[in-house]
Amino acid sequence: MAEKLLKKGNEAIALAAIRYGADGYFGYPITPQSEVMETLMEEMPWETTGMVVLQAESETSSINMLYGGACCGKKVMTSSSSPGISLMCEGLSYMAGAELPCLVVNVIRGGPGLGTIQPAQGDYFQAVKGGGHGDYKVIVLAPASVQEMYDFVGLSFDLAFKYRTPVMILSDGAIGQMMEKVELREPIKRLTDQEIAEKYGDWATVGKQPHRDGNIISSLSLEASEMEEINLRLQAKYQKIKENEVRYETLQCEDAEYMLVAFGSSARICESTVEMAREKGIKLGLLRPITLFPFPEEGIQKMLPQLKGVMSVELNAGQMVEDVKLAVNGKVPVEFYGRMGGSIFSPGEVFEAFSEKFNL
Amino acid sequence: MAIKGAIVVDTEKCKGCGVCVVNCPTQTIALAKKVNSKGYPYCYMENPDTCTGCGNCAIVCPDSVITVYRVKI
Amino acid sequence: MDVKDIIKPENLVYSKSKVLTDTVMHYCPGCSHGVVHKLLAEVIEEMDIQDKTIGVSPVGCAVFAYKYINIDWQQAAHGRAPALATATKRLYPDKYVVAYQGDGDLASIGTAEIIHACNRGENIVVIFINNAIYGMTGGQMAPTTLLDMKTATTPYGRSVELNGHPLKITELVAQLEGTCYVTRQSVHTPASARRTKRAIKKALENSAQKKGTSLIEVVSTCNSNWKLSPVKANDWMVENMFPFYPLGDIKDR
Repeated sequence: MAEKLLKKGNEAIALAAIRYGADGYFGYPITPQSEVMETLMEEMPWETTGMVVLQAESETSSINMLYGGACCGKKVMTSSSSPGISLMCEGLSYMAGAELPCLVVNVIRGGPGLGTIQPAQGDYFQAVKGGGHGDYKVIVLAPASVQEMYDFVGLSFDLAFKYRTPVMILSDGAIGQMMEKVELREPIKRLTDQEIAEKYGDWATVGKQPHRDGNIISSLSLEASEMEEINLRLQAKYQKIKENEVRYETLQCEDAEYMLVAFGSSARICESTVEMAREKGIKLGLLRPITLFPFPEEGIQKMLPQLKGVMSVELNAGQMVEDVKLAVNGKVPVEFYGRMGGSIFSPGEVFEAFSEKFNL
Repeated sequence: MAIKGAIVVDTEKCKGCGVCVVNCPTQTIALAKKVNSKGYPYCYMENPDTCTGCGNCAIVCPDSVITVYRVKI
Repeated sequence: MDVKDIIKPENLVYSKSKVLTDTVMHYCPGCSHGVVHKLLAEVIEEMDIQDKTIGVSPVGCAVFAYKYINIDWQQAAHGRAPALATATKRLYPDKYVVAYQGDGDLASIGTAEIIHACNRGENIVVIFINNAIYGMTGGQMAPTTLLDMKTATTPYGRSVELNGHPLKITELVAQLEGTCYVTRQSVHTPASARRTKRAIKKALENSAQKKGTSLIEVVSTCNSNWKLSPVKANDWMVENMFPFYPLGDIKDR
């Protein structure tokens, strides 16, 4: 039987990294996610799987260590929280441009600026709409439980290598800090250097191989026509991701007349709101996007014929609601409810806002 | 025993910087009056008799356009 | 003896390294980068480590180093080469990892990365080209620009009041426990180029022996932005750069 442990979300990330065969973790302490690196340092995976764990001098350096490690065809990851992710955005843009796989975990805290250490979802735009410069996307996964924190590490690496693109787990201080039962999956072995050379030697910096010239990993091209080609290639890749990798979950949507859309910890809270509404005879459902990019537009659109209204519920000033509105495209009213700066709504507050906005 | 040398210059790649000229201990090299297709005057052996094949010109050449030969006679 | 009789395969004593590609370098005539690239390529060839060397190129003129030396390359964001090199070396401890950086890249925007990589004693080689100016962006002040030196952003000369003092970052990293070999060289004469080549070789050997970080500063010219001919730029460097940036080993252990 699989081992089950009671763990914090942040600890689950660390344990998953080791068991999913990560080659390297590079990070810098910041609340509320420091347990990720602390757990890794306690576990000493370099003694067991050979995984490298290094505390960098800054988030800027962490992301660039990821850049170097990803160039090598290795499974590399970092974790941070909002201000640290802002520092990493330059590197993320480079890695997206150079088409490199990696995992970045953002355990969001309230912003802007130094903000607060309490949970928030104010980094949705940063994660989903870019953050760094240029036309790029990262795949964004939003876990709503400690188990998903664990499982999405493996999923992220799979997607990162499948599409050669950075993947972000967009979590928050609540999911990172709360303790839940987590089932550890069967460990996956790290690839050997030989296996990496065979699998990724055509593009990665594994050392020049006799049958080819030196591999060059770069996001630079001074020729506008070449740079346009690169952009078109990236956009085609993002299109493919949109077609194949949308993930979402619905709760009580079969007969729903109204629907909440919420991700991560907001979705956990909204589950109770749905129950409250049902007790009062209101047919409310919940759609939880698991991938924020690609966004489950079709999942929302499929529901529209039966819906009288949609409300996006977020721990921010209203960010995902823009994508919900794009998906709904004016067909039914779209409302928003949120709190900011580290304050969390209760299921009752969400229900109250919902009833008020739809005059129920 | 004497030592004789000679250099071969990839004249198309030479940028005519002249660093080899000042570093040649036997004043063998000069820049040509002619230019290559890029418009650079390229280096050449103006006094081939004096070349010892020491390779000094080649090692300071930023564009690695000089090949050096040497023979003992 | 006729020149034709000398130019024979059996008399060949020096030719372009096989580790250099045939691509014409984009550098200005007389640029020191070309010489340093060649020396690095020659050492890689002589040590037979073309398949084991991973280069990290900077932002600046040497961004395109990857076009000229036929090894696997990573192109870093501005100043971050030591971070990429750190991860690469830690993930591939048996490879040779060379970060190639200019003065703006290493001594200005990348100060944190170079100090901490050196302080951790990463077993990497850092080649640091110091020509006291930003080349690729068109001749602006670098942290290493000499006092009174005119650049695009110090049109009346660098002043202490406005710009602070030129930064001797090489002396600074030499003080860190993690560095094993810190030296300052040049490539303007055959003798100096040969010394630099020996330094590069020693640095790569250090990295194989896991002795710590080796950093080679090469005091260089940027004749285009110095607005001098290549030969005059070398003279200017000897006269003005060497007194402030004296050549020789600063640390060797």
